[in-house]
Amino acid sequence: MKRTTALSLLLALLFMPAPEARAQSRSETLLVVVELGPNSMDIHGVGANRPAYQSSWNLYDRLITYGVKTLPDGTRMYDYSVLKPELAESWQIAPDGMSATFKLRKDAKFHDGTPVTAKDVKWSFDRAVTVGGFPTFQMKAGSLEKPEQFGVVDDYTFRVAFLRKDKLTMPDLAVPVPVIMNSELARKHATSADPWAMEWVKNNDTGGGAYKLESWKPGQESIYVRFDEWKSGPLPKLKRVIVREVPSAGNRRALLERGDADISFDLPPKDFSEIAAAGKLAVVAHPVENAHAYVGMNVKNPPFNNLKVRQAVAYAIPYEKIFHSVMFDRGALLMGNPIATNTFGYDAKLSPYKTDMAKAKALMADAGVPNGFETQLYFDQGFATINEPAAVLVQESLGQIGIKTTINKIPGANWRNLMLKKEMPIYVNAFGGWLNYPEYFFFWNYHGQNAVFNTMSYQNPDMDKLIDAARFETDPKKYADLVRGFTKLAIAEVPRVPLYQPNLDVAMQKGITGYQYWFHRQLDFRQLSKS
Amino acid sequence: MLRLIGRRLLAAAPGLAGVIAVTFLLTRALPGDPAAFFAGPAATREAIEEIRRSLGLDKNLTVQFGLYVRDLTRGDLGKSLTTGQPVRSDLISRLPASLELTACGLLLAVAVALPLGVLAATRPGSWVDHLCRMLTTAGVSLPIFFTGLLLVYIFYFLLGWAPAPLGRLDAFISPPRSITGFFLVDAVLGGDFGEIRAILRQLALPAITLGLFAMAPIARMTRAAMLGVLSSDFIRTARASGLDRRTVLVTYAFRNAMLPVVTTLGMVFSFLLGANVLVEKVFAWPGIGSYALEALIVSDYAPVQGFILTMASLYVLLNLLIDVLYGVIDPRARIEA
Repeated sequence: MKRTTALSLLLALLFMPAPEARAQSRSETLLVVVELGPNSMDIHGVGANRPAYQSSWNLYDRLITYGVKTLPDGTRMYDYSVLKPELAESWQIAPDGMSATFKLRKDAKFHDGTPVTAKDVKWSFDRAVTVGGFPTFQMKAGSLEKPEQFGVVDDYTFRVAFLRKDKLTMPDLAVPVPVIMNSELARKHATSADPWAMEWVKNNDTGGGAYKLESWKPGQESIYVRFDEWKSGPLPKLKRVIVREVPSAGNRRALLERGDADISFDLPPKDFSEIAAAGKLAVVAHPVENAHAYVGMNVKNPPFNNLKVRQAVAYAIPYEKIFHSVMFDRGALLMGNPIATNTFGYDAKLSPYKTDMAKAKALMADAGVPNGFETQLYFDQGFATINEPAAVLVQESLGQIGIKTTINKIPGANWRNLMLKKEMPIYVNAFGGWLNYPEYFFFWNYHGQNAVFNTMSYQNPDMDKLIDAARFETDPKKYADLVRGFTKLAIAEVPRVPLYQPNLDVAMQKGITGYQYWFHRQLDFRQLSKS
Repeated sequence: MLRLIGRRLLAAAPGLAGVIAVTFLLTRALPGDPAAFFAGPAATREAIEEIRRSLGLDKNLTVQFGLYVRDLTRGDLGKSLTTGQPVRSDLISRLPASLELTACGLLLAVAVALPLGVLAATRPGSWVDHLCRMLTTAGVSLPIFFTGLLLVYIFYFLLGWAPAPLGRLDAFISPPRSITGFFLVDAVLGGDFGEIRAILRQLALPAITLGLFAMAPIARMTRAAMLGVLSSDFIRTARASGLDRRTVLVTYAFRNAMLPVVTTLGMVFSFLLGANVLVEKVFAWPGIGSYALEALIVSDYAPVQGFILTMASLYVLLNLLIDVLYGVIDPRARIEA
């Protein structure tokens, strides 16, 4: 019987409640649970993933940032119409409108104590426009293209020359890409083969932002501690932030509900809806700006090169059903409107589409395919929680007008590949743009430059003209007309059928305050506090 | 004995070489395009070609394979694009987590399954036998992630007895000073009782999940082997000679029944290392299984190759260990070898 005693002792040991000695560190530490963690501390790095934006945002400062506004429901979000100082104390646009001069804070330091000067800004911006890939692309979106544009006037004065009058230039300096790096520190680790120290910056903290990197175990957790000498804003309340990877969505929810984790973005809509209804945790929801989920069709190849067929699809889609049973009504219904509800130019009356099977069938007959056809419906398995039920509902409805579809789930690596090839006849996907301008969204999704997001291969010179003109139009009336013009064209030609605008939901303990929505959809530790 | 080990290792070499070649080809045959994936969402075709060049994927397969083998001989397993780290250091930091969990799971399974199997064999048709049958059926038929989630739901979410399923340690406890990488061993070496307990608490649910799964084959094999041995002539003779029940069961019957059981144990262990993937997912366990799975999803070649190579090497070592154990248990096996 000795063995039984030993066994029960062992069990008792295992299941005894843990000591509460850690209570104090808990109140000053935020525990964030995520599905996937960062794969780089360098947002300029090759293949840096979305969670890397969050690390970068908190570890580094940018010259300027956005203001904050409080919405009617009391929640807070960044304000894209207001630019505020961050590392730059002030700035001035030249009278000819072709350059901006920034005055840097004189008291700002990097995490290793080195003062921040204009040469660091120059080095960092040169790096962003030179290394290629995503950072260079994003800089280009604001007409920031060449190192010659960036000039050091003196230690604390920095000048950006504009290539053209582009209203996205200044806003583009406040996105996560143009971070200010410690150039002296990084240079020490540069080699002739790696002049921008990509290898080193990827794994190390080279910043001067509000948080320092305490430790990072890729694929497991990253820990951040407050940088007490941070000067670019009010000192954050949280002393420490732990970001832990928990791959199972059910467990992330359980951790939150048990009070062991503090905050998480990564739950399916169903969980958010149930958690919000239960009322134990706070759920904050914001419709994602400049974003929509949609059904896209390849307009280059039959059968969807036929406008009537595409319109038939737009009348066959069960918009409300998808929004209700897949998204649990979290977000906003778009019913074929390409522009999101909180983006300039949204007008619910512009789109004629609704679920109307009789009309859809009539259009199929008009198109010369009254008996329908067979085709392949694709979606990205990485977002299967939402994509799969949506695809099934689309399949069912299309079946009613004779379009028989086979569903193809595509794993992540191959999805990108298929998007680039532009051969998927019909697919379910979503897109969101950082900068909240309709022409920016259209530039990526509907423009004839045929970016990867224009997976429909839609090319129409009239469309391109409207989008290009809107980007540089300064007259508000003319601008509004141009936006209306390209929106109407997108609805009439319907290369994709916008379904709904998704929410950015976040669930957190009730004691956590200060949460603010950001366009990059990552957590900004600086505004949060925990009681 | 040393000659046996040497010969076995030598015999395993062509197998490993085959594994290297086959995994290389298999990962290349995956449908995904890593260059497209890692070029980022807004990449142009040119940007993707640039990435392809920098990853060396533009070269033909033979050249790529040559480079891969050259790096292997230097102990370089390549770089993971998912974690951004060298595969070797990733595997070194993650392998102990998987091994520790698997070993604990197996130990639990053995502790329950062996006595259960023996008891069931000595009392066929009794309630112990039925219990054994029920447990083994449940063990093989319940999907492993389901058992895991169920245990989390009951013991963590509802009862609050188990700690949060947050991996090897609670987020607010720092890990023991790393000596072997096995937390349990390191904590015991460090002699910190609180730490040992915290680690055991985290281990309990995932180890039980794995243990339930591993129990079935072990218990069944023990029962079958024991039944076979118990009905053989030498046991009848031993009983007839008036040896006491304990000597007959343990010294004569059990030792002879051990051979098939040990073979099963070896198989179960390597099998568990693979089955770990799901348990690691459920319990956020930072092991090599979940690592390989993540890499596979994004067509990240190097970690997948590194993982398979590691598993193959482990398998070879395990088989060797079992052969050696055979010799210890049964002297005849030694002579034969």
